[in-house]
Amino acid sequence: MGEVKRCLQSKNQAFNFYIDMSNRTTEKPITWHLACQVEDIPSDGGACALIEGEQIAIYNFSRRKEWYATQNLCPHRQQMALSRGMIGSAGEEPKVACPFHKKTFSLKSGECLSGDEFHIRTYPVKIEGDKVFVGM
Amino acid sequence: MKPKKIVVVGNGMVGYKFCEKLIAKDTGKSFELVVFGEEPRVAYDRVHLSEYFGQKTIEELTMAPLSWYAENNIRIHLSDPVMDIDRDTKTVRSHHGIVESYDYLVLATGSAPFVPPIPGVEKDGVFVYRTIEDLDMMKDHAKKSKRGAVIGGGLLGLEAAKALLDLGIRDTHVIEFAPKLMPRQIDDLGSRILEHKLNELGIQIHLQKNTQDIQGDERIESMLFADGSILEVDMLVISAGIKPRDEVAKMSGLAVGSRGGIVVNDKMETSDPSIFAIGECALVHHMIYGLVAPGYEMADVVVSNLLGGEKEFKPFDMSTKLKLIGVDVASYGDPFITSPNCKTIVYEDTQKGIYKRMNISLDGKELLGGILIGEAEQYNMLLQTVKNKTILPPNPEDLMLGSRGGSEEAGAGVMSLPDDALICSCEAVTKGNICHEVTANGISTLDGIKKCTKAGTGCGGCVPMVKDLINGTLKEQGVYVRNIVCEHFDYTRQELFDLVKINGHKTYNEVLDSLGKGDGCEVCKPAVASILASLWNEMILKKGQDTIQDSNDRYLANIQKGGTYSVVPRIPGGEITPEKLIAIGTVAQKYNLYTKITGGQRIDMFGAHVGDLPDIWEELIEAGFESGHAYGKSLRTVKSCVGSTWCRFGLHDSVSFAIEIEERYRGLRSPHKLKGGVSGCIRECAEAQSKDFGIIATEKGWNLYICGNGGSKPQHAILLASDISSEDCIRYLDRFLMFYIKTAEPLTRTATWLNKLDGGIAYLKSVIVSDSLSIGSLLEKEMQFMVDTYACEWKEVVNNPELRKRFTHFVNVPQQKDPTIQFEGMREQKRAMEWVK
Repeated sequence: MGEVKRCLQSKNQAFNFYIDMSNRTTEKPITWHLACQVEDIPSDGGACALIEGEQIAIYNFSRRKEWYATQNLCPHRQQMALSRGMIGSAGEEPKVACPFHKKTFSLKSGECLSGDEFHIRTYPVKIEGDKVFVGM
Repeated sequence: MKPKKIVVVGNGMVGYKFCEKLIAKDTGKSFELVVFGEEPRVAYDRVHLSEYFGQKTIEELTMAPLSWYAENNIRIHLSDPVMDIDRDTKTVRSHHGIVESYDYLVLATGSAPFVPPIPGVEKDGVFVYRTIEDLDMMKDHAKKSKRGAVIGGGLLGLEAAKALLDLGIRDTHVIEFAPKLMPRQIDDLGSRILEHKLNELGIQIHLQKNTQDIQGDERIESMLFADGSILEVDMLVISAGIKPRDEVAKMSGLAVGSRGGIVVNDKMETSDPSIFAIGECALVHHMIYGLVAPGYEMADVVVSNLLGGEKEFKPFDMSTKLKLIGVDVASYGDPFITSPNCKTIVYEDTQKGIYKRMNISLDGKELLGGILIGEAEQYNMLLQTVKNKTILPPNPEDLMLGSRGGSEEAGAGVMSLPDDALICSCEAVTKGNICHEVTANGISTLDGIKKCTKAGTGCGGCVPMVKDLINGTLKEQGVYVRNIVCEHFDYTRQELFDLVKINGHKTYNEVLDSLGKGDGCEVCKPAVASILASLWNEMILKKGQDTIQDSNDRYLANIQKGGTYSVVPRIPGGEITPEKLIAIGTVAQKYNLYTKITGGQRIDMFGAHVGDLPDIWEELIEAGFESGHAYGKSLRTVKSCVGSTWCRFGLHDSVSFAIEIEERYRGLRSPHKLKGGVSGCIRECAEAQSKDFGIIATEKGWNLYICGNGGSKPQHAILLASDISSEDCIRYLDRFLMFYIKTAEPLTRTATWLNKLDGGIAYLKSVIVSDSLSIGSLLEKEMQFMVDTYACEWKEVVNNPELRKRFTHFVNVPQQKDPTIQFEGMREQKRAMEWVK
């Protein structure tokens, strides 16, 4: 269990993406949804996409050549805001900080890193050409 | 080796804590866990249950989310109590018929409210107070109720009374059979003070009342007491004590006490050595412990013994401190011991509602116990004094009353405790544990300590002590605490500012690559963004730089509850034409915005969708407005009074000077926000002395004040120079602001900066007025560069299609607004929906 790390060759670039199995109670096969174009997500930042009626925050962590996706809702005050947060790292752990009260969450596990008992859903991301896909 | 299977019956706080401790300590994975819970949800914090009505959501009260159990391979069955234990085959059978075998069985079935056999307890409107479901039912009923009562004046009963108040029942009564409140914790005098305090808060206390009948048809209407009196009520909460849930244990033939409770030994073993009982269902030392801390300790005892350790459950200290409806109540050690077995010191202040008692050994050397009501700040120290048998000082009352007049700090006492002093009794964390984390692992924040030791995560009562220990330990280490920016930059802001300037770095990634490490974070990104803006004054949303800005700067607007933004155009000096007022009104009407006059003499428009911001600004700019930088750590406003143009007292034209200054420093990025004010005479209508810089007209010129502050720690500005000309005033301001920008720590206002500055105002005066460092002309030159390169950020966004595109909620459906945003009406305008607390 835990995280499965894979590499996907896409054109000449390698992207890491993560499937966090620990979040899933049932191991349903992943369906990949086209979310947006690569250029839609700012470098080292995030943006929100509407996928199957759900608000998904997608992050282009270009410093690390990694992509992540999480729920857009910050569980602390139930605000649709994570995609507008600053991303960064705590040690090696990639994280996002909610713009409202700076609660931080791991982009890998969804765990709240500021000491609260919150948890956010994370989703795998894959890049094909100039398109961004999110697995749900 | 195949792991042994532990079945945990009950998923309350103690059942959960058992799982948590086992997972943490069982590193060899020698056990697997199966949990049965009767309630439909996973374990939550019952101690803080009443907060469910006030500040907290179910999620916040939850001990760990369902996913935590899955992550740790714990199989959990909710809404499914265990009905039967077959000790011969070592299996349990649940209500839904699930049969599970066990190697070890842990009973954590908790307790149920004890309901006395009063006729009518089954009536509609009579409740017990234990689970979230109970609370939800009370919530519904409270809507149609005006007067409520609680049977039980103990700890839980008073908590329930608070819950009734929180539910909006203003007329709340507490009925207690005993002649005092909280009979297990406090004495008669204490009870009287507490009664008085609760009366003031609208809670009526009825002591020595024996309820005989609950009257009404289907629904409760009144209560009849043994003395013949009657109290009319719409709802009643029974909180008369607890009874251990021992039914399943009893049926399977385990030994139980005559008044309930599963009999266990010091190792929490029941009469069957493969079955344990912990928490409120366990009868240990002939008693039931109805608090969470001893329950956690019991869980720890079982975990230790299962993993091959030797641990016994010792008689547990039942000291408690709690805030009851805003009143601090604490009892520690032995609160009731009396003369001739001890000497007692009592302090009573009926005016403030404070009662304190300490029981001292006959030789006067040791503290045995005591009570605190109305003020319990000293609780932690007193408790430690009892536990560690610390020798008392010559005036022991100082411990309970706080030091009066002496220079000795109360917090200093913490460091004198022995290493094995228990600081957090919920999680059994000692002073030594905490200090070790600070010295050996460099943990220096409360959050950090909470994470690695769990101290302070239970009842939270020890948090002030943990903080004192962190700071005390840091000080003891004698380390000069250099305020580095964050883990990614080993520099202070001032050092970073100089290095960025010398190296000519223009982007965040350049700065991080050459001066830092890692990938940055929400602390250093905006700090570096501010430095870059203060140095080069380039458009802050330039490609790649938008995502290092704090959210407000990234969208050039202030994010508000619900995720909408507020818009504030600049109105220099607070002066505005009728045409511009109409323009603001037209825009606010068109985009349905809530409008309010701000404290800085301008107009704020709230409730704008992120996608509307560029259109709103296009219209505002068309009408002659520019950005007000209300979103930035930068100059906000320069407030002015009416001044000599209209006012019969005015000495100079304060409005014109305020406009000149506001336009000079508009857009200037700084470590924190900046506010200014200009008053036309000594009456000071612009309140300039509460600003970062304030200018007051005199007969001969202007007086310049600096480093004032309103806000949470108001501070008057200090006079920097008197009777100066407008030119000198601006020259000094240039120097002052630039010196502050270059040397202050991130997010430090000018007042705090001055308070920390070596040499204080005398030094600052010498730098700015006497130019003692010979940097005056450099500072002026740097400021002039900022003035010359100013451009309105919103104008650039409005005219740049690439930047405009960034202002959208959904990148894949840019025209759609966030559907979760909702408003309510209020006084003919709208407001944001209240968020979840």
